[in-house]
Amino acid sequence: MTALAALIRRDIQIALRVGGGALIGVLFFLTVVVLMPFAIGPDLALLTRLGPAILWLGALLASLLTLDRLFMADHEDGSLDLIVMSRTPLELTCAAKALAHWLAAGLPLVVATPILGLLLNLDATSTAAVALTLLAGTPALTFTGMIGAALAVTLHRGGLLLAVLVLPLSIPVLIFGVAASQAAITGPLSFGTPFSILCALSLVSFVIGPFAAAASLRHGLD
Amino acid sequence: MRLSGRGVRCVRSGREVFSGLDFEASSGEAVAVTGPNGAGKTSLLRLIAGLLTMADGSIDLEGGEAELTLPEQAHYLGHRDALKPALSVMENLCFWRNFLGGAAFDAAESLAAVGLDHALRLPAAYLSAGQRRRLSIARLLAVRRPIWLLDEPTSALDAAGQSLFATLMNDHLSRGGLIVAATHTPLGLAARELRIGGTA
Repeated sequence: MTALAALIRRDIQIALRVGGGALIGVLFFLTVVVLMPFAIGPDLALLTRLGPAILWLGALLASLLTLDRLFMADHEDGSLDLIVMSRTPLELTCAAKALAHWLAAGLPLVVATPILGLLLNLDATSTAAVALTLLAGTPALTFTGMIGAALAVTLHRGGLLLAVLVLPLSIPVLIFGVAASQAAITGPLSFGTPFSILCALSLVSFVIGPFAAAASLRHGLD
Repeated sequence: MRLSGRGVRCVRSGREVFSGLDFEASSGEAVAVTGPNGAGKTSLLRLIAGLLTMADGSIDLEGGEAELTLPEQAHYLGHRDALKPALSVMENLCFWRNFLGGAAFDAAESLAAVGLDHALRLPAAYLSAGQRRRLSIARLLAVRRPIWLLDEPTSALDAAGQSLFATLMNDHLSRGGLIVAATHTPLGLAARELRIGGTA
């Protein structure tokens, strides 16, 4: 356990320091959401209706932005070789890395949501609903995205490939995330149904993500 | 403990690098892998470290810890130093010490042994190439592994650093360790030579 704790602590430390990129995701999220009212126009009713979808799209793109560094940085400086050779199972290591990445880059998105909700004319209930769905859904984005990050690690310019690989996998999360938020705001569906499916998607990604990522890292090493 | 390879064949992206390679080393012995550039010295080390898959042949370890695989009992010191520029010297070493486990030596003492004890709080980004190499070598000391796989270990080291590292390697061998090193320059210790590739 000390090994995984050390890894999580290191990754969060690096992300929070200069050039780490934890805040870049939040800034990107902020930029996307701030631009939306300018593009759509000052129609408050329309903004309220589109708000949850905009927040979810922004969060999805922002989480994708920093994901390519998840394994790439360790691959470039040779750390990945030592991680693969270590006595800690690679699956657990991958899960720990994804957790650290989510804590450093995913959680700030959830925290920023209430502020950004104001810009989209969302009331307190709606904002809380979106924040809650993001809290349940962004781990799924990180853990499925990790598979793409592991596949792209040995390819140069893998970042572009990552988006192509990961975005289709994140469609279900997006659908049920937005559906749950809309259900809380306008109905007529109950919030519980899509939200449960969203949680289930996250749980499935916790299981599949680390195994798939570890397998592709083992095959991709060269 | 005995490390041996039989008929090892290495193929990378469809091109055969070497084949039919035999080698062996016992506790307290060092093997110096030599050969021209591109002969496959690094590939051999990465095969032993389990970072490449063998096309043919076998590499076995006898007398190691039965529960652990060969890579889990080995240190790999490659071209890349596995250091994070954002972290300090001490943080870099402490991370590997905690992550690799089985710590044998205090982190501060390991840094003192490689002459980096004056720079504990310095971010690794500010280290010179030689200092980065010294910090990587401190990792070999801070975590005990019986097998050291070294790829050009003395590159970027100054003369004092090279003789210091020779002493550290001799200490490791006298404790019953085993070293496989790819090198172009003499390591400063009695080593069996394993030549790969042509007679350049």
